[in-house]
Amino acid sequence: MELTCQEQEQILEETRKILEEHGDGPEQLIPLLQKLQEKLGYLPGPAMERVAQSLDIPAVDVYELATFYNQFRLHPPGEHQVQVCMGTACYMVGGEIALDSFQRRLDINEGETTPDRKFSLERVACVGCCSLAPVAVVDGQIEKHVTPTRVDGILLEYQGNNCGSASSTGHQPGRDSGKEGKEGE
Amino acid sequence: MTTAQTAYTGLKEQAIASYPGDKTLIHVGTASCGLAAGAREVEQAFSREIKKRSLDAEVKEAGCMGFCYTEPLVVIAKPGFAPLVYGGVDEGLVERLVQDFLSGDDPCYEYTLAALEPNDVFPTLEEFPRGVIEQKLLLKNCGMIDPLDINDYIRREGYAALARSLDGDPEKVLEEIKQAYLRGRGGAGFPAGIKWEHCRNTPAEEHYVICNADEGDPGAFMDRSLLESNPHLVIEGMLLAAYAVGANRGYFYIRAEYPLAIERINYALLQARNQGLLGENILGTGFSCQLEVFEGAGAFVCGEATALVRSMEGKPGLPQTRPPRLAECGFRGQPTLLNNVKTFAFVPGIIHHGAGWFKTTGTEENPGTAVFALVGKVNQAGLAEVPMGTDLRTLIFDVGEGIPGNKELKAVQIGGPSGGCLPESALDLPIDFDSLDEAGAIMGSGGLVVMDEDDCMVAVARYFLEFTRQESCGKCTFCRLGTKHMLDIITRITRGEGLPEDLEKLQELAEDVQMGSLCNLGKTAPNPVLTTLRYFREEYRAHIEEGRCPSGMCKDLIAYFILPERCSKLCSACVGSCPTEAIYTRDDGLKAIDQEKCVKCDNCMKACPEEYHAVVKLSPPHKLKEYERM
Repeated sequence: MELTCQEQEQILEETRKILEEHGDGPEQLIPLLQKLQEKLGYLPGPAMERVAQSLDIPAVDVYELATFYNQFRLHPPGEHQVQVCMGTACYMVGGEIALDSFQRRLDINEGETTPDRKFSLERVACVGCCSLAPVAVVDGQIEKHVTPTRVDGILLEYQGNNCGSASSTGHQPGRDSGKEGKEGE
Repeated sequence: MTTAQTAYTGLKEQAIASYPGDKTLIHVGTASCGLAAGAREVEQAFSREIKKRSLDAEVKEAGCMGFCYTEPLVVIAKPGFAPLVYGGVDEGLVERLVQDFLSGDDPCYEYTLAALEPNDVFPTLEEFPRGVIEQKLLLKNCGMIDPLDINDYIRREGYAALARSLDGDPEKVLEEIKQAYLRGRGGAGFPAGIKWEHCRNTPAEEHYVICNADEGDPGAFMDRSLLESNPHLVIEGMLLAAYAVGANRGYFYIRAEYPLAIERINYALLQARNQGLLGENILGTGFSCQLEVFEGAGAFVCGEATALVRSMEGKPGLPQTRPPRLAECGFRGQPTLLNNVKTFAFVPGIIHHGAGWFKTTGTEENPGTAVFALVGKVNQAGLAEVPMGTDLRTLIFDVGEGIPGNKELKAVQIGGPSGGCLPESALDLPIDFDSLDEAGAIMGSGGLVVMDEDDCMVAVARYFLEFTRQESCGKCTFCRLGTKHMLDIITRITRGEGLPEDLEKLQELAEDVQMGSLCNLGKTAPNPVLTTLRYFREEYRAHIEEGRCPSGMCKDLIAYFILPERCSKLCSACVGSCPTEAIYTRDDGLKAIDQEKCVKCDNCMKACPEEYHAVVKLSPPHKLKEYERM
């Protein structure tokens, strides 16, 4: 994905601000990246390079951390983030079925974002709500007992007005909307 | 009276004065599990109703009582009544409770779960079978106090142990912990006293204490619940440990997936600082200790002590060879004391009541209690705290109230990805740090998943292996590649493409991975495979030799079929439930499944009304032809 000049500038500006506040040395690297991701939604290449420069370490060291830890994303997330719990309890009662259903409905694989950047899908290892299994977390909100039918319901809820009818065949939600604006192609 | 005691007495008086004694208090359980079940809505409904009727009542938050199966939970303490617990509360029940109980005098006993104090009308928690077995040393106050209110904790003797210890010699704290024979609750069971002493006796510029709250085992949430429900207990334990080993700085390493726990600990730290219980010159004694939170960035391997410390230093979490132990050379090269959340949480109790009190519970070699996250196919899922040495059968059938739907227990998975699957025959084993070894499992930090006849052991082994393969840090070849090969083999088996020699190969690889890995992630990763191979070999055989999954869980080995003789022509429940429109109505009115379209999501089987029970799973899938011919 290529970034526009404007986006790039914005990223560097945010990075500069965060570095000013928290960039005390290589030990601060993880908290720094966490703050960056919180602000930008992901870790863009230019931001990581700037961090490396500022801490006077090779850029590959920053990249190493960003790819070692599960929390960090290298691509922008969707507007709505769907996390399907794959804890033991959820797995036993159909976590994989829930994940399958999200994949089928959104027409993406786990770890991906829909082309319109509306939804991104990932699996997480246990959010600790095992008695409500299978569980999914959508934008921080926990959804319990997620069956394929519930998956349709959840997606309809978050699609807003893009989809009028409540039928269970809402394939590829909102493909036609929100394409321009954020994306820098 | 000495300095700390005097200061503490002042705090306690303040705490007692802040308690609205004659007011009705409503505690809503708002730990993560409660919130997921709708506790926030319940809390708002109470506030709204109380305001509407201008009642003299206060709504407060509380943590988790461990009864996850009946969240949201509410405790109502009305003067003149014993505090009463209500389970499965929704907005309708809130209205009813406010109208009948808060405004009137009818406690709606038909909805009451238990009372919290002995009374003549309703049984207390201790009088239920579960309450008889459970012994709450650690979780006693969880769900009873407001985690956002330090006064709630102080009122219940909170920080008393710290105040008393600060007036005395740090050695005394250490001695008490050694006497109590407290063993680390992170899973390994190493005696905390020895670790503490080692750390204390290593001379250095600075000592550190770190609380390991990187609870990564899927299916385990003991630490999260404790941090969310009673943060001050853990903080007090950390401070006592810091005092004992001579540390002035400490860290909570909490995984980022636990935002609420992080928020609550941060808030509790702020409160403690404001009350002079944390920071410079604690309670006027000259002892200073700073505690702060470090957010883990999500790597299972960081639960391993050396990896955790590396990640705090801003590096990838790769485990290191030991020795040197962390107690000699840990964080920033300084002696570091690292214990699990539960280990620290036991400390205030031990110091307050004495080592003897701690040792009256549990067994001689394993004193105290163990906290389990009891999940899976069990009626009363939740957190349970039982004395060490309690057997699995008691835990599952008396505390957890058995398996739902009158199904048979097949296996118990204990210890998460490092543990094993034990069969029914192992249920009488006592659970402690030493006894499960022989059976091939470990007690671990407390995750316990109950499985019934619908759960496929090969799929379960595959699930854990997939987890460890992904979480392997990649440092040791055997862990990195061995788990990958094992996963490939076992995946093939679940697809019905297994070969006769696969089982032997799996066994060999498992043993190699155990031997060739540096840290416990790799050393224990093969456990789920080894135990299932040992106890459930026939299931592996069925997959390999017949292409059949006995539990009907492996997708590639099953097919769904609607039995014509049971299907009602008048019902279309299954048709509507199918997400891929694979179910159609035949010319004769009966329903049938288009196997090409079917994604095996189980929806139709659940949707088919019980009186028909027409949808069945067939394994191996070629059985379909026989059924279709009939």
